[in-house]
Amino acid sequence: MRAQVSEPPPAATARTSGSPIAFANRLSDLRWRPAELAFWAAAAAVFFVLPGQLVLASQIAITGLFALSLDLILGYAGVVSLGHAAMFGGGAYTAGLLANHGWDEPISGLIAAAAAGALIAFGTSFLALRGGDLTRLMVTLGLGLMMYELANQAAPVTGGVDGLSDMTVGKLFGVFTFDLGGRTAYAYSLVVTFGVFCLCRRVVRSPFGLSLRGIRDQPVRMSAIGTPVRRRLTAVYTLAGAIAGMAGALLAQTTQFVGLEVLGFSRSADLLIMLVLGGTGFLYGGLAGAAVFMVAQHLLSGMNPVYWQFWLGLLLVLAVFFAPGGITGAIAARWQKGGRR
Amino acid sequence: MTIRRIPARYLPIAAALLCAAPASAAEAPIKIGVIAEFSGPFAAYGKQIHGGIKAYLQQHGDSCAGRKVEILLKDTTGPAPEVAKRLAQDLVTQDKVDFLAGFGLTPNALAVAPLATQAKTPMVIMNAASSVITTKSPYVVRVSMTLPQVTVPMAQWAARNGIQKVYTIVSDYAPGLDAEAAFTKTFTAQGGQVVGSARVPLKNPDFAPFVQRAKDAGPQAVFIFVPAGEQGIAFVKAFTERGLREAGIKLIGPGDVVDDDVLEAMGDATLGIITTHHYSAAHESTANAEFKKAYEAANGGSSRPNFMAVAGHDGMAAICQVAGKLKGKLDPDKVMAAFKGLALQSPRGQIHIAPETRDIVQTVYVRRVERVKGALYNVEFDKFPDVKDPGK
Amino acid sequence: MPGSLPGVLFDGVAYGSLLFLMSVGLSVTMGMMNFINLAHGAFAMAGGYVCALGMERLGIPFLATLPLSFLCGAALGAVLERTLYRPLYRRGPLDQVLFSLGLTLMAVAATTWFFGPGQRPVRLPSFLLGQLHLPGLDLGVYRLFLIAVVAAITVALVALLRGTRFGARIRASVDDARTSAGLGIDVHRVFALTFILGSGLAALGGALSIDVLGLDPTFPLKYLVYFLLVVVVGGAGTIAGPLAASMVLGVFDVAGKYYVPEAGAFVIYGLMVALLLLFPGGLRRLAR
Repeated sequence: MRAQVSEPPPAATARTSGSPIAFANRLSDLRWRPAELAFWAAAAAVFFVLPGQLVLASQIAITGLFALSLDLILGYAGVVSLGHAAMFGGGAYTAGLLANHGWDEPISGLIAAAAAGALIAFGTSFLALRGGDLTRLMVTLGLGLMMYELANQAAPVTGGVDGLSDMTVGKLFGVFTFDLGGRTAYAYSLVVTFGVFCLCRRVVRSPFGLSLRGIRDQPVRMSAIGTPVRRRLTAVYTLAGAIAGMAGALLAQTTQFVGLEVLGFSRSADLLIMLVLGGTGFLYGGLAGAAVFMVAQHLLSGMNPVYWQFWLGLLLVLAVFFAPGGITGAIAARWQKGGRR
Repeated sequence: MTIRRIPARYLPIAAALLCAAPASAAEAPIKIGVIAEFSGPFAAYGKQIHGGIKAYLQQHGDSCAGRKVEILLKDTTGPAPEVAKRLAQDLVTQDKVDFLAGFGLTPNALAVAPLATQAKTPMVIMNAASSVITTKSPYVVRVSMTLPQVTVPMAQWAARNGIQKVYTIVSDYAPGLDAEAAFTKTFTAQGGQVVGSARVPLKNPDFAPFVQRAKDAGPQAVFIFVPAGEQGIAFVKAFTERGLREAGIKLIGPGDVVDDDVLEAMGDATLGIITTHHYSAAHESTANAEFKKAYEAANGGSSRPNFMAVAGHDGMAAICQVAGKLKGKLDPDKVMAAFKGLALQSPRGQIHIAPETRDIVQTVYVRRVERVKGALYNVEFDKFPDVKDPGK
Repeated sequence: MPGSLPGVLFDGVAYGSLLFLMSVGLSVTMGMMNFINLAHGAFAMAGGYVCALGMERLGIPFLATLPLSFLCGAALGAVLERTLYRPLYRRGPLDQVLFSLGLTLMAVAATTWFFGPGQRPVRLPSFLLGQLHLPGLDLGVYRLFLIAVVAAITVALVALLRGTRFGARIRASVDDARTSAGLGIDVHRVFALTFILGSGLAALGGALSIDVLGLDPTFPLKYLVYFLLVVVVGGAGTIAGPLAASMVLGVFDVAGKYYVPEAGAFVIYGLMVALLLLFPGGLRRLAR
C-alpha cells in the first residue's frame, strides 16, 4: 500500500521529462489551451442554455470546487484524505452561523469560511500528514468523524441533526437576491469556483507546485535536496482547507441551510469517488467527476427513485475498467497517443 | 459539463403505474411532489410513506374533486437538506406542483420550509417529527406527529401507574434530547424521579454498557428513545440479555422503538414493552381494517403499514378533502385556510389540524406488545384523547 | 464502580470479538493481498442474508447456516475474483476504491430490490440466549459463543498460514509475486484461493454479527468504517494484528461507554487516531 497516487499523470511526465528548457517553459506556461477555454465557456453557457437546471448546476460547481481542493492535496501532493468534509463543514457552519446571527453579507461570510477551513486544516495537519497512506486515510477519517460528533454534541449552537435553519443570506453585492430558479446561486458559485481555479492553476505551476509533485513522487529525495517537506505539505493542506471551507460556505449560502451531513463520512467518501472518477492531478478531474457523478445521480434517481444506486455503482465499475485514470486521465492518454502519431 | 434536462416523461413513475389511462384532458391534474427517503439507510421511510399514498389511491381512486392526481416521487437519499431543497426547487419551478409532500426527516423538511413560503406552495409533512417545523413557514401543515406529543403521555401514564423511579436512555442527537427533556419534565412534575440518564452515540452497535449502567441504578422502568431499526433491535436484545426483564424492570417509551415495520424482526424480546404512540397496525376500527386491506393490495402484501404509512394516507386524504372543499381550485392561501381546522376520520382514529399551529391534534394510545394470532402487535389498552403538540 | 470491572472487561472482549469477526475477511483480502476491497461489507451482507433467509424460509438451524454462509460467500468470491477482481490486482489503490465502492452500491440496490429495505431478523436458538450467572459476574451466552468462535477462527487461520504448504505459498506470493511465480508457485491460484477464503470469512462474520448489528441492505456502507478501523489499526499481513486491534478497541470502547458515557462517541475514534499515530505500521509491530 505505498503508492497511493500510483503514477504521475501522463501529461505531466511527458512535458517535464524533456530538457531543462522544456522544464523552465512549463513553469511559465500559463497560457489557456483551447480545450480549457471551451470547458469554461460551456460552464458559462449553462446559465443561458439550461435555465431550468441552475440549482443542480450550482451544486455541481460547489462540489467541483470541493473536489478541486482534494485534488490539490491528493493529485499534486499525494496526501490522501477521507475526512475532507471536516473543512467543508467548518466553512459551512461558519457561513451559516454568521448568517444566523445577523451577519448576512455573503462575500464576507465566504472569506470567514475560508479562514475557518484553513484554521481547521492547519490545526489538524500535524496529525493528518503523518504516516503512510492508509494511516493518513484513517486518521483523517477519524478526525472527520470526531468533527461530526462535536457538531452533533454542540446542538444548541449548530442545531445538531435537525440542522441550522433560520439563516437568511442577504443580497449578493446588495443587488442580487438568491432566487428560486438558482440564477444568482449558479453565477455566484461558478465565479467563485473559476476564481479559485485560476489561483490553483497558478499555484500548481509555480516552483511551490512543482516541489509538491516532487514530494509526491520522491519524498526522500526531495528532503535530501533540502526541500522542507513537512512545511510544504502543511502549506498545501491549509490552502486546500481554505478552499474546502469556501465550498462549504457556498453550499450553506445557496441552500440557506446547514445540515449536520456537511460533516458526514459519506460526503468525504463521495468526494473521493468523484475525484477518482474524474481523474487526479489535472485540476479539471474534480470538476468533471462532480459533473458526471451528480448528473448521473440526478438522472438515474429521477428515473427510478428507489434502485438508482445500482446503475450509479455500475457506472463506477465500468469507469474503472474502461477509463483507467479517470475521465480526464483517459482523455489525456488518448490525446497523447494522437499527438505522438 | 454536460447538463441535460430530465425528460419529463421519466418523472411520474408512480402516476404512470396508477393512472394507466390518460387523463381526460378536461382539466390539468393535481400534482403532488413527494420528497422522501427512497434509498440509503432510511429507505424504509420512503417505502412506508409512498405505500400509504398508494393505499389511499387504491381506496379512493386516483382523482380528487374531478381532477386527476399525479404523484411525482423524488429521492433525497437520506438526510441531505441541499438535495431536498434542490428537488423541491425543481418540483416548484419545473413541474409546477400544487403540493409538496413527504419528508421523513426533519433537516430535509426544515431546508424546504422557507422555499414553501417563497413559492407559496403548500407543504404536507408526512413524518418529520421535530416540533419547530410548522413554525418555519405559514405554508406547512403536518399530518404525522411530533415527538413531544407522543412522549409526554408516556410520562403521565407512568406517573399515574405506580412507576416512581425511571432511568432514561436516548440516542445522542436532537430528537433524542427532545424526548429526554419532554419525558423528564413531565415525569418529575408529577412526582416521579429520574434516577439516571444515558445518551447513546447515534452509531452504536453495542448497548451492553448502557443497559448495565441502567440496571446498576435500580430503576422500576427504563425509558428508551432510539431511532427505529437496528438500534431498537440491538437495544431490546441487550435489555433482555442483561436480565432487566427478569429483574422486573419495565421498558417504556414513545412508540418508535416498537415500530410496526420492525416489530416482527425484533422478536419475542419485545413482549411487554409499553409505549405511547398515535398509531398501531392493531388499532381496532373499520377505517383501519379497510386501510390495511388497501395497503396490502397496493403494496404486494409483504410488510404491514406503520405510522408513516398512515401519515402518507392521511396526507392524501387531507389534500383531497381540501381540493373538494375548494372545488378543485387550488389557490395556495385558500388551501392553507382550508387545512386549518380540517378534521379527518383516519385509520388511527379522529384527527384534526389545529388552526393556529397547522399541527396535528390526535389521540395518543398506550400500548403493550403482545402476540396476536401468532404475530407481534402493539395492543392499545389506554388513551389520551386530543393531544396537542406540547412543544409549542 | 470498580466492582463492575470484570463485567466490563468481558463485554469489551466480546465486543472486540464481534469487531474481529466483522473484519477478519477484510484482513485477509486487504491485509494480505493489498487489495483495497471496500466491498467487504457486501460479502458479509451476503452471508447475513444466507443465514437469515436459510432459517426463515428453509428452516435450517442457526448453527447449520454458518458453514452454509461461509460456502456461499466463498462461491461468490470465487466468481467475482475470476471475473472482476483479478484484472485489478495491479491497478492503483484509488481505482480499487472506486471499483469496490461501485460494487457495494450495486449490492445495496440489488439487495433492496430482492428483499426490501427492512430489517431481517435472525432467531437464535434458545441455548445461545440469556446469561450465565457466576458469582459477581453475569456472562451473556451469545457473547461467550462469539469469543469461542473467534478463538477457533484464529487458531485455524494461524495454523493454516504458519503450518501448511498453502500458507507458505500465500505468504510467499504476497511478499513477492514475481519471484514466487519463478519458483513454480501458481500465483493466480494462490491469490484466488486467498480471496475465496477472505470472502468466506466475510460472509461468516456477517452471519454471526446479525444478532447484534441487525441486517438490512445498507449494512455494507453502515459498518464500513468499523471494518477499516480494525484492519488498518491492526496492520497489514497478519491475523494477530487485527485480533489485538479488535480487542483493544473493544475493551476501551465498552469501558469508555460505561465509565465516561458523555465521551461515548469519541472514545473509539480518538483511540484509533492515537493508535495509528503511535504505531503507524499497525499493532502487529508490537507482537514482534
